[in-house]
Amino acid sequence: MQSFAASSFGLATPEIIVAVGALVLLMVGAFSGRRATNIVGTGAFVVLLLALIAVAFLPPSKNAILGGAFIADGFAKYMKVLVLIGSAAALALSSDYMEREGFIRFEFPVLILLSTVGMMMMVSANDLISLYLGLELQSLAAYVVAAIHRDDARSTEAGLKYFVLGALSSGMLLYGASLIYGFTGTVSFPAIAEVVRGEAAIGLILGIVFVAAGVCFKISAVPFHMWTPDVYEGAPTPVTAFFASAPKVAAMAMAVRVFVGAFPEIIHSWQQIIVFVAILSMALGSFAAIGQRNIKRLMAYSSIGNVGYALIGLAAGTPEGIQGVIVYMAIYLAMTLGAFAVIIGMRRGDRYLETIDELAGAATTHPWRAFALAMMLFSLAGIPPLAGFFSKFYVFAAAVQAGLYTLAVIGVVTSVIGAYYYIRVVKVMYFDEPRPAFERMAPGAEAVLIACSVVVTLFWIVPAPLVNSAAAAARSLF
Amino acid sequence: MTAFFFYIFATITVASAVMVVASRNPVQSVLFLILAFVNAAGLFVLLHAEFLAMILVVVYVGAVAVLFLFVVMMLDVDFAELRQGFQQYLPVGGLIGLIFLVEILLVVSTWAVSPEALRVPIAANPPAEAVTNTEAIGRVLYTRYSYFFQAAGLILLVAMIGAIVLTLRERVGVRRQDIARQVARTPEEAVQLHKVPSRQGLGEVTR
Repeated sequence: MQSFAASSFGLATPEIIVAVGALVLLMVGAFSGRRATNIVGTGAFVVLLLALIAVAFLPPSKNAILGGAFIADGFAKYMKVLVLIGSAAALALSSDYMEREGFIRFEFPVLILLSTVGMMMMVSANDLISLYLGLELQSLAAYVVAAIHRDDARSTEAGLKYFVLGALSSGMLLYGASLIYGFTGTVSFPAIAEVVRGEAAIGLILGIVFVAAGVCFKISAVPFHMWTPDVYEGAPTPVTAFFASAPKVAAMAMAVRVFVGAFPEIIHSWQQIIVFVAILSMALGSFAAIGQRNIKRLMAYSSIGNVGYALIGLAAGTPEGIQGVIVYMAIYLAMTLGAFAVIIGMRRGDRYLETIDELAGAATTHPWRAFALAMMLFSLAGIPPLAGFFSKFYVFAAAVQAGLYTLAVIGVVTSVIGAYYYIRVVKVMYFDEPRPAFERMAPGAEAVLIACSVVVTLFWIVPAPLVNSAAAAARSLF
Repeated sequence: MTAFFFYIFATITVASAVMVVASRNPVQSVLFLILAFVNAAGLFVLLHAEFLAMILVVVYVGAVAVLFLFVVMMLDVDFAELRQGFQQYLPVGGLIGLIFLVEILLVVSTWAVSPEALRVPIAANPPAEAVTNTEAIGRVLYTRYSYFFQAAGLILLVAMIGAIVLTLRERVGVRRQDIARQVARTPEEAVQLHKVPSRQGLGEVTR
């Protein structure tokens, strides 16, 4: 009898750990009620760390298990690390905020864990059914989490909007999947890649368009971005931090899986969709953010723009392009979480503040915090030698190599325009009249901020581990 | 014999479907809908699809139609008003009906949309006489598709947690039945014996 680690289930150990952990913590919470809220929160964090260790011990080779529905390869391993880090950081940011705002509940960490299981399933999906099930598990938990502050009208509104539009997009994805199944006779990505060669049938292309629409909704790319600013603004800030980090990474991984995994031979059919979506996202992300006064809305438009840049790498469709996507998402995760750690720390007395004006003069009252946020924003704007510059560099370089010159040029232009609104926030912090000081940051948020600052500012010294492993992960797809 | 039952089921299905639209009382509409579902289940049985027939009864009659009934009875919807635009929407409805008719004709006339599609069944079809179709579904559902089965279970769990998180409010000061405490009560603490003086009554009983 073979050992568990070597069996086919062994390759799904991280998912099993998180799923079983969520069930156990749900039992703990349900039976001990309010008292166990902190225990469940800590337990969820520990479960995520255990899963992270389990991912680290996975073999890097490519194995499809569970009837070919679940694939464990280098790409899945890399993206799962990012997803787990994102979820763990979101949990670390949340507990203090929720306690102060008075809606802390033990179900929140459990839902985050279940959502994480869904994300890991999306990352490892190797056929259309497992992709859809993972996506639904992730999204359904996210809808609930958006509305978790149920006595707050804005939070409820965010949850409802997210749910209705998310259900619509799931329907579109499912319809596209059914067309793809109808025209290829299989749901498995490798088998679809076998069948689809040369000229694709018109029905198949229609299916790809519908699936692309569903995917674009999940990564909040234009023209399916409408929900993003409202949901990001309405949801409680730690929940927004969660939405902007781990699910984005997972959805981007899902897009790579679908397009590169299932349709590598007909790249010309889907490349134009991705190029179109990327250009629109970058443009809207940089222009629409200019007028924003609420920093959460600003981050929403920023995330739309960033998704556009990451899609450039996917549009290239080469191993270099996918490497660019992976590096981009890794650095985007650090930048976003760092920025949200500062936003969650914007508290005076009992009130959490969300407008950019409240940051005025933060450089004199909180020099370190302001410096850290300034580094995150400069990095998001793509200014060297910060990490954000390199992430943009890799996707643009891949686009140029693949011959997508126009796309790369538009990307550079929009990133210059986008720099305006990032730097405006820095100007408010450093040159405006100081407002009263904020309260001390919660330890969880402080830890996240320090970790993200280190990654973002010092990435240029040792870029090799991140970049080389991303290259290896990207090669595992081809 | 099969043809006889087919015509019975089919006639009642169509007739009750017409009544769903035509009847004035919404509660009667839902009841006719249930009748249509049950007869459609009968048609499935004639096709040797017992599993689908049972699912149709359990899911559509047991859950969906009952939910409709609840909604119709609990919400005060003015159905007479909803009906007003019937004439106005007739052309659109007719067009949609026509499209459905064309689609059904296309499906029935075995028009192959994509001849190059793979025609590889997931598993070899067992002979229809040897296994019932419930058994055939069970054979793949819990083996080959066990991963999807588990994942669907997790999704339903999230739906349940979500419903509880978003709607359950713990009220204070509500008397709840505590069966353990009820069972643990002894006669000594539950029963008081008083000697009632004649013509005076008990007055206030002290607990």
